Amino acid sequence: MPERRYLGKRIKRREDLRLLTGRGLFVDDLSLPGTVYAAFLRSSYAHARIKSIDTTRAEKISGVIGVFTGEYFKDKVQPLMTAWALTGADLKPIKWPVVVHDKARFIGDIVAVAVAEDPYTAYDALEAIEVEYEPLPVVTDMEEAVKPGAPVIHDEAPNNVAFTWRLTGGEDFDSIAAKADHVMRQRLVNHRLIPSAMETRGALAHYNASTGELTVWVTSQNPHVHRLIMSASLGIPEHKLRVIAPDVGGGFGSKIPVYPGELIVSRLAMDLGRPVKWMETRKENFMGTHHGRDHITDFEVAYTRKGEVLGLRVRTLANLGAYLSTAAPGVPTILYGTMLSGPYKIKSVDVEVKGVLTNTTPVDAYRGAGRPEATYLLERVMDLVARELGMDPADVRRVNLVEKAPYNAVTGLIYDSGRYREVFEEALKRAEYSKWREIQSKARKEGRLIGIGISSYIEMCGLAPSRIARATGFGLGLWESAVVRIHPSGKVTVYTGSHPHGQGEETTFAQIVAEELGVPIEDVEIVHGDTAQTPFGMGTYGSRTTPVGGGAIALAARRVKEKARRIAASLLEARVDDVEYSEGKFYVRGHPEKQVTIQEVALASYTADKLPEGEEPGLEATVFYDPENFTFPYGTHVCVVEIDKETFKPKILRYVAVDDIGVVVNPLIAEGQVHGGVIQGLAQALYEYAVFDEAGNLLTAGFNDYMIPTAIDTPNVESYFVETPSPHNPLGVKGVGETGTIASTAAVVNAVLDALSHLGIKHADMPLTPYKIWEILKEKGVKA
Amino acid sequence: MSQAPGNGGEAITITVKVNGKTYTHTIPPRMLLVHYIREVLGLKGTHIGCDTSNCGACTVILNGKAVKSCTLFAFMADGGEILTIEGISEDGKLHPIQEAFWENHALQCGFCTPGFIMNLYEFLSKNKKPSEEEVRRAIEGNLCRCTGYVNIVRAAMAAAEKMG
Ligand code: FES
Ligand code: FES
Repeated sequence: MPERRYLGKRIKRREDLRLLTGRGLFVDDLSLPGTVYAAFLRSSYAHARIKSIDTTRAEKISGVIGVFTGEYFKDKVQPLMTAWALTGADLKPIKWPVVVHDKARFIGDIVAVAVAEDPYTAYDALEAIEVEYEPLPVVTDMEEAVKPGAPVIHDEAPNNVAFTWRLTGGEDFDSIAAKADHVMRQRLVNHRLIPSAMETRGALAHYNASTGELTVWVTSQNPHVHRLIMSASLGIPEHKLRVIAPDVGGGFGSKIPVYPGELIVSRLAMDLGRPVKWMETRKENFMGTHHGRDHITDFEVAYTRKGEVLGLRVRTLANLGAYLSTAAPGVPTILYGTMLSGPYKIKSVDVEVKGVLTNTTPVDAYRGAGRPEATYLLERVMDLVARELGMDPADVRRVNLVEKAPYNAVTGLIYDSGRYREVFEEALKRAEYSKWREIQSKARKEGRLIGIGISSYIEMCGLAPSRIARATGFGLGLWESAVVRIHPSGKVTVYTGSHPHGQGEETTFAQIVAEELGVPIEDVEIVHGDTAQTPFGMGTYGSRTTPVGGGAIALAARRVKEKARRIAASLLEARVDDVEYSEGKFYVRGHPEKQVTIQEVALASYTADKLPEGEEPGLEATVFYDPENFTFPYGTHVCVVEIDKETFKPKILRYVAVDDIGVVVNPLIAEGQVHGGVIQGLAQALYEYAVFDEAGNLLTAGFNDYMIPTAIDTPNVESYFVETPSPHNPLGVKGVGETGTIASTAAVVNAVLDALSHLGIKHADMPLTPYKIWEILKEKGVKA
Repeated sequence: MSQAPGNGGEAITITVKVNGKTYTHTIPPRMLLVHYIREVLGLKGTHIGCDTSNCGACTVILNGKAVKSCTLFAFMADGGEILTIEGISEDGKLHPIQEAFWENHALQCGFCTPGFIMNLYEFLSKNKKPSEEEVRRAIEGNLCRCTGYVNIVRAAMAAAEKMG
């Protein structure tokens, strides 16, 4: 293989220059001549009938253009429905009106919309709207919601169960349990999180009445998916709707779904004949943009006295909030249940998930989406089994880890490639696991609390194969598209259906194309985020951008190169088979002096007078790439903590991540993904916790109450990669966006609980705050 | 927002120097400094990430001090001197902090970045050889959801070195 010029190199990101100098272009940076501003009045109650709305006072305020209620939108904008129909799970047809007209079902529901010449006035107008509510009984607790007699949130789901999903794989659990030495039961809460991208959500809509074209700039991870769903809801055909997602300030899943906001401003732009803009306040973002996780699980695990985990029976309640968001049903099921064998040779998995409706903010994909929940459960299982048997948690994992790939998990997945045990041992070595065990036992004698936590994970990434997506009821395929176009000058523009928003693919995609075509990286431009420019694309989430989007780009580049070779052969008057290509030049084998550059070929493809017989002019290729299978990144993370005996604050002494993400396109960027992911997962273990009170008010509706960790709450993260190429895509990449979050929650919780294990503590639910640790210690009679 | 002020009381005329240029505007008294910078001056590099002064995305330098521009009314800057992210690179050359952020991959989505840079702009001008601990404490008022701070801290240390 010739030496790589770009792939695998630590290349600085090209997107940074604009972002570092304040020249990024986010939705809130845009406005058009005549733009007016919308603000949303959200419900005062988590569950209430709307009896009347009086907008007269608000409408009289100078500068207010109009106030619009649910009655106005009822017939103009179709309510939102989920795009993941979840086959065979009796999914209820839950509808989400963009502005509610009969009743509000959570505190983020929009009751009225004020439009004014400036945002300050729009917010003045909200305060002058008078709504008469008839409060209804509220239910926020999932276990209460499924009890008979609980308040009904949607008539379509009289018991508040939106679906029941079951997966059984391998041997029957009961028979395997009968053979096992032990069966253990445990209840586990994976609490609710709030994604909190630093840029809130928003949209700017512009309608051209003469052409009938609507253009919407929106904070989206997937502009084409937005266009498709918005087109259906607004009744505007797709070819008259252009969706642009400019620079997007983080998403973590929260900018996948289509929400009421973008539909409201779109419709108002059409009706008012002026561009309409809306930008969420942070408080609105907390209340109205979807949340993540929120499971209550009871499980049984059957295992042998040697620590072999034979089977799992898992019963999970997943809180979906008040409505079914775009991808919501698939997250706690397909992306969770199928992952419950993890990197382990488990022989039986029996999982049932009930999706529960409550008077809370809808829950959908949040970084990792289902896979962190599965990993957390399995990694707690491994540690609990170790405790019960008095084994080292590392040894329990050694007994259970899959030996080699490909591996058929009992849940039906086929893991692609990996050296699971090697990576595990490498992580332990790098983290100096045995040394820390010694330090721990010495420290214990001095009364210090040191703990070591391990988390081994495998994740289903590169969300693709359309046939699998469709079989699970997903509304779309999960391929990705790319156009690679070489211009007459030899410069290259790449149009991708992915939409990176922080992950750095403007750089990594350029690396891929420059490597494939042998052109300088500066000659490659990556275009994304605009439905009028790029082919239909599925967007950026599920660690799919490089495996699927990058795969499409590599294939398109290869196709272009083949065409260029045919044209080069004609120019060189040689047989195609005799033409070789290296570093931007085509030459005749054995006659290196007979050569043309790819730039010369590009020009010839457009002058078109010397093309081979039957060859079309131009030099570009479009590829829609649908991979054969998912990719399966995996790895092992090790965390060491010490609990301060005065403040009860766990301090991370070391955090080591060893991940196999397949071929690493740009280690600088990949490490950054691991760092950020690890800290997000750690935040769940120690800090973040979304809390609703009994009336359905969100008590943590701002950064002052919901603790996003800062630089003083977080450790350094050591990130290492092992490369086993995935055979499932042309580049051998696996994806890295979610690995950190998937692994770290369990690593940190296991470490903290390990620090307390000698006191007889087996399990405690997250977040393990100083207060919780203090309570545990107090209960055990340990004096600080 | 620039079109109509809303009914926030008597308009006030202010004069401020921003990135070396002097501006005089008549603005509503309730207009926040961050909105003045973004909407009136059109300097969109200063961002808004919250409404509780927690995130620091709106940080600018006002009279030599890093401030969260969402916590001040615009009129409070009257007569003052402001530096924003657009004003720190000279002749198209990146400031050492910007350079260090670039080299150390200290930004992902980039939304929080101007706020971190402006905060560090003041901190590093006053602390020539900070420890990692001091850097972490200095940026405690800025939130980043993407990077986990690891590379931001690295970049700040590298910038301190560069600025010597
Ligand atoms: S916008 Fe100023 S601190 Fe968040
Ligand atoms: S880089 Fe995205 S929030 Fe900091």
